[in-house]
Amino acid sequence: MSRVGIVFISHSEKIAMGLKELVTQVIKDVPIEAAGGTEDGGIGTSLEKIQQAIEKVYSDKGVIVLYDLGSSVMNAELAIEVTGLEHVKIADAPLVEGGYVAAVESGMGKPLDEVLLAVEEVRMKLKRNE
Amino acid sequence: MMGLTNEHLAKWLEKTNAKIQENKTFLTNLDQAIGDGDHGINMSRGFDEAVKKISSTEYKTSSDLLKDWAMTLLSKVGGASGPLYGTALLKFSMSMKDKEEVDYSSLTAGIEEGLNGLIQRGQAQEGHKTMVDVWSPVVTFLKEQPAFNPEGFKEIAKEAMEKTKDMKAIKGRAAYLKERSIGHLDPGSVSSYYLFSSLAEVIEEEGVGL
Repeated sequence: MSRVGIVFISHSEKIAMGLKELVTQVIKDVPIEAAGGTEDGGIGTSLEKIQQAIEKVYSDKGVIVLYDLGSSVMNAELAIEVTGLEHVKIADAPLVEGGYVAAVESGMGKPLDEVLLAVEEVRMKLKRNE
Repeated sequence: MMGLTNEHLAKWLEKTNAKIQENKTFLTNLDQAIGDGDHGINMSRGFDEAVKKISSTEYKTSSDLLKDWAMTLLSKVGGASGPLYGTALLKFSMSMKDKEEVDYSSLTAGIEEGLNGLIQRGQAQEGHKTMVDVWSPVVTFLKEQPAFNPEGFKEIAKEAMEKTKDMKAIKGRAAYLKERSIGHLDPGSVSSYYLFSSLAEVIEEEGVGL
């Protein structure tokens, strides 16, 4: 059964890879790709890396993209335009917590819109207490 | 001679690149003050690659040349300036589709399309201390003038760039600094000034009729 694919975009290759490692330790049956850093692994983002990551995890269930700082969202938008794929959504949420929730929700077999909603709800939650 | 030819567009790119290379450290220093410190490095890498690409390719239309310029920046610049300059030039390229030459009205329309692309991609408005603060007055000036006025054009771009110094950043990495961003030039506005002053210089030096 296919699951919503997940892409982590970060200015740092290590952050994106590290988050993938963190999440896949628990959730193993969800397609997740890290797209961090520039082409040569420097700080920044790469349109090509993001594009390839989206294509790799894409299925009929769609893809959810999470990003870290402001400017990476521009490359995320461009990558979606360039691939021309439908059902790819950018989540406006903290990368680490949002990424974890995305994987959990996708792992439950939920559709893209529901995963997106759950991920964006993370933004409103306090980390300590209620 | 009327209008900007592909040769002129290539010279525009080369001149902009020369200014970026010359001021690489300056751009980086500006960005280190209020951003992530990579503007000089990113722009010099991206524009160098664009010059390589365009000087080694034959183009039938100006739209194709501008498109390659844009695509090279999109893929080679790792920072925010890649998608921003890339989008602006891509919109310019698209507005030149099916047009024989870049005359004054298509140049104006092309730069205006570029500005719209910047606003759409970066979600910035005038006064946010971004490239938009240079592009927007430049477009207004082009629309007001009946023909290309190199001196006035350069002056407008320069003034607009200098005005960003006293602004508080609302968009971009500098926005995290809030009040502390005041007193520093916006790096993207400075590189935009290089782009526009180079355009004016090419038009003047080459005697382009616009």
